[in-house]
Amino acid sequence: MIAALVTRLGDRGTAIMVLTLMAFAVLVPILNLVVPPSWPIHVPTYIVALWGKYLCYALLALSIDLIWGYCGILSLGHGAFFALGGYAMGMYLMRQIGTRGVYSHPILPDFMVFLNWKELPFFWYFFDHFWYAAIMVVLVPGLLAFVFGWFAFRSRVTGVYLSIITQAMTYALLLGFFRNNFGFGGNNGLTDFKDILGFNVQSGGTRNALFAISCVALILGFLMCRAIITSKLGKVLIAIRDAESRTRFLGYRVESYKLFVFTLSACMAGVAGALFVPQVGIINPSEFAPANSIEAVIWVAVGGRGTLTGAVIGALLVNYAKTYFTSGFLAPYWLFLLGGLFVMVTLFLPAGIVGAYRKFMAQRRERAAVAAAEAASPVPEARPAE
Amino acid sequence: MDKETLTTNSLLYLDGVTVSFDGFRALNSLSFAVAPGEMRAIIGPNGAGKTTMMDVVTGKTRPDEGDVMFDGAHDLTRLDETQIAMLGIGRKFQKPTVFDMHSVEDNIRLALKHDRSPRGTLLWRDSSEEQDRVAAILDTIRLNKIRDRVAGSLAHGQKQWLEIGMLLAQEPKLLLVDEPVAGMTDAETRETAELLKEINQHKTVVVVEHDMSFVRELGVKVTCLHEGSVLAEGTIDQVSENERVVEVYLGR
Amino acid sequence: MRVIAERFVVCILAFVVLFAVSLLAATTLNAAPFDDALLRFTTDDYSDTDPAIGEIAATGHAMAAPVISALRDGRLMFSAATKKVFIREADGRLLDAATGQPVATSPVPAPADLAMVRLNNRLRRTVDAAMGALTLLAPDPTIRLQAAQAVFKSRDAAALPTLDAALAKETLPRVRKVLNEARAAAILFSEGASESDKVDAIVVVRDRGDQDALGLLSSLPATTPALVARAARDALTAMQQNLALWNAVQNFWYGLSLGSVLLLAAIGLAITFGVMGVINMAHGEMVMLGAYTTYVVQEIIRTRYPWLFDYSLLMAVPLAFCVAGIIGIGIERTVIRYLYGRPLETLLATWGISLILQQAVRTIFGANNREVGAPSWMSGSFEIGQISITYGRLWIIVFTGVVFVALLGLLRLTRLGLEMRAVTQNRTMAASMGIRTKRIDALTFGLGSGIAGIAGVALSQIDNVSPNLGQSYIIDSFMVVVFGGVGNLWGTLVAALTLGIANKFLEPYAGAVLGKILILVFIILFIQKRPRGMFALKGRAVEA
Repeated sequence: MIAALVTRLGDRGTAIMVLTLMAFAVLVPILNLVVPPSWPIHVPTYIVALWGKYLCYALLALSIDLIWGYCGILSLGHGAFFALGGYAMGMYLMRQIGTRGVYSHPILPDFMVFLNWKELPFFWYFFDHFWYAAIMVVLVPGLLAFVFGWFAFRSRVTGVYLSIITQAMTYALLLGFFRNNFGFGGNNGLTDFKDILGFNVQSGGTRNALFAISCVALILGFLMCRAIITSKLGKVLIAIRDAESRTRFLGYRVESYKLFVFTLSACMAGVAGALFVPQVGIINPSEFAPANSIEAVIWVAVGGRGTLTGAVIGALLVNYAKTYFTSGFLAPYWLFLLGGLFVMVTLFLPAGIVGAYRKFMAQRRERAAVAAAEAASPVPEARPAE
Repeated sequence: MDKETLTTNSLLYLDGVTVSFDGFRALNSLSFAVAPGEMRAIIGPNGAGKTTMMDVVTGKTRPDEGDVMFDGAHDLTRLDETQIAMLGIGRKFQKPTVFDMHSVEDNIRLALKHDRSPRGTLLWRDSSEEQDRVAAILDTIRLNKIRDRVAGSLAHGQKQWLEIGMLLAQEPKLLLVDEPVAGMTDAETRETAELLKEINQHKTVVVVEHDMSFVRELGVKVTCLHEGSVLAEGTIDQVSENERVVEVYLGR
Repeated sequence: MRVIAERFVVCILAFVVLFAVSLLAATTLNAAPFDDALLRFTTDDYSDTDPAIGEIAATGHAMAAPVISALRDGRLMFSAATKKVFIREADGRLLDAATGQPVATSPVPAPADLAMVRLNNRLRRTVDAAMGALTLLAPDPTIRLQAAQAVFKSRDAAALPTLDAALAKETLPRVRKVLNEARAAAILFSEGASESDKVDAIVVVRDRGDQDALGLLSSLPATTPALVARAARDALTAMQQNLALWNAVQNFWYGLSLGSVLLLAAIGLAITFGVMGVINMAHGEMVMLGAYTTYVVQEIIRTRYPWLFDYSLLMAVPLAFCVAGIIGIGIERTVIRYLYGRPLETLLATWGISLILQQAVRTIFGANNREVGAPSWMSGSFEIGQISITYGRLWIIVFTGVVFVALLGLLRLTRLGLEMRAVTQNRTMAASMGIRTKRIDALTFGLGSGIAGIAGVALSQIDNVSPNLGQSYIIDSFMVVVFGGVGNLWGTLVAALTLGIANKFLEPYAGAVLGKILILVFIILFIQKRPRGMFALKGRAVEA
């Protein structure tokens, strides 16, 4: 069984991706912690935190690619699952502050004392245990996605309609989390974290550990997606993407497949959000903003939807570009660039960078084949399913 | 025959089925029955309700009124597409619909009868038995040589066959085939007629078709629809001599 | 028998009181009581100030009104040493309160000795009542009306004689009405009035029917006889029902107003998304461009032709239509036409366009809110029953109606509309009939965008004109179009009004934000129940 899985997963692209990420996970902390700052190859701590954040975005992109690239579900609300995972982690970190808060209350986080609350709301119970928070990180986004998807897919809400209501979903959550009486810190969100599992979140060691964990999470997410799309279930997903009603008439319960993959994807997004929060040190309602979710979709489009490597590369690339542009004198032009990216990619690069590369390679192979054997039939212009 | 015996003796039984879209009656109290093992050809002018009838049988459209019984026991009006497909009704669309991004082989594989739950497909593993089945079907539809080609690159006629092959892989009791020879050459049309007759040896088939020479070639009982109900029924000669049929469909 | 006897006694008592009051009134012409009363201000004691106010008002002295208004505004000063009272003018001069003459320069009181006559909340009400009573006889009817309202709110029994005097002279019906109400209020709070008078008074107050009347009846003094109290309770219930009704009417009006805003924002989308099936995420930015066009028009008018300001919005409407429409056509020609049949890609590309447009506006006009003024005919309000209607809201509703009807007419009656509908229903057939489908696509998209621009003109009146203006409308607009059913303008109308009204009726119970969330959740559930909206098209056309 495992051997079969390994052979199924083990294509060249996957191997390169996994090995690169593993190398990152080991090398970056070494270059940060062991190599002295005076050396040119030293990696400063802020870079570690920055790329740790990118890795979380890559995991989010992967989760979007799984449903959009392979099942044709364009969610414009995946930022909501990301943020919910982040809030679950943030609640744990809040409760770890203990008496070190401004008001030194042993149980209540500062914002509750500030709002004059007398006791902890029930949904904050047990969040002082890491394992409970860790379960919630997966469970809360998963449950929301399950309930939402159960309604949506069973009533066959598809295409742009689904996209629009996912956007409405995250918008409604945005409005809700902005309210103080929702119990999640209102528009300030959760911040001023001190410890995670007893380690100081600010310390270099913790940052490197979080970076390495993000790498590992991305590797695991990648392998899981790979396992799914190379299975027969993955073939059914593509079938649903390309001809939904045909799949139905073949006897597949399309809504179950969509629900499965949507929920799984939301759980992945939740994990990404949970890893994101300790690295950036804050979670607030703006993570629910519809614009964030759409931006995450464009990472996938740039990298190449329907290719897992594309999603990862797209997320890293666009976010690196964003940091590069918004920190310099080009800052006012970043939105022009981002907007242009949306337009250019959809018009000229519909398969994304990886898709275009594969097409180019396929054409080259094709030309070689034609040259070799004159009687070759024209090979399709198709994006290969990984 | 009274209604009850007709219901139980027929594989497919439609009684008084009415469907309207915004006041337009696509089906108007349509009634007919198909016996097990039969091959039936359905003809009729555009808008006669042929495709709507298929939609009703396969659960895509719910009728406003009327009964649709399958195999004597199943009320199809209460089931959805998936349930109906699982009961053993396969459908070929008017426009050939295959999974363009999958290889020919994978198309057949997806249609093969097996566990269709997400858990089942996630843990599915190939078996040699399945390999043989796929090979057999590919032989039947004459696509074995190009089994690795992506379905989207197939010629029109090949797609039609691939879809029929997928139907076979489903192992249905009843095949609904919508215009299988549209856009085919004469040679392909003849081959398709042979293929359908071959299939009919084991399965019940309902063919919707415009091409009268093809229907003649099949040589089976013909039902002519007009304005959502049955206009005439019988052999091809009987139907084509019917005055009303000549008037509304065949033309003088 | 006993009841009659009681009433008799009450009547006698009332008579005695009235007599005493009129006696008091009769002596008012005398200057001595005025000076006496003035003297009581110098003790700096609330219990002296209180009767002094009433006494001064009762004298009818020429200086009574200036003194009391100075007292109200904290401009009445006294000197404890010289036992004199002064009115400090706005410019700092001092007037002798007894004569109204500027204080002679020689015995100028030392500023250290001067102190303000202090007031507390109870006294402030007495002051208001006294002011009311004093101005009830003013020659200007507006002042009389205000005075009567002030007495109604102060419920001062002492004002009764003045009220009666004013009523006797008053000829204007609307002033008489309020005077009667004020009198009724005074009677209800007077110790001496008879039960039957009080019961009559309750009827008068009930007929007034507003929030103030409700407040008055629910805070009657504890000494009120049981009979009167019961009548008051009955009147209260009747009024509460009445007020609840008006409240509903008011919510409905607000809902209608919000609904028309939603409709205005969504109606262009009903064309681009509903009719063409193009997901234009930059729709909100078209609205924003319309609003900025209004801003530019007003800026030009303000600097060059200020006398045209009242017509600025009328001029902005066609300009906004052209600006947004031309940009819309540009977007259709350069981007969207390559993406027909790929809705998800269209969605992403137009989102990109929306980012570019926002940033462009931010670069040109800055990120801050821009001031867009209201012309004179759009400011102010009038009242119907218990609700106040602002002209701004009214005009937006009217404007929305006009735009809707015009659009409907355009689609139904013109050649362009016919061709648009033909292209949407069957593109190939339309093309074979000689319709230039590509041109129609561009024009349809331009029309939808242009209408969004027009919406921007109206929304500039009620919302902040900033680069983010469009974003706040895009989700709501999509909700409206999807809820109403795609491709159906009437559906959009019904959906917008339904959502607007539902929102306003939910707000009092759930609060604004929660109300909005509830509406969103409702629509999300509704779409899942009926994915094609309220008035969905059925049949084969939908699948194609």
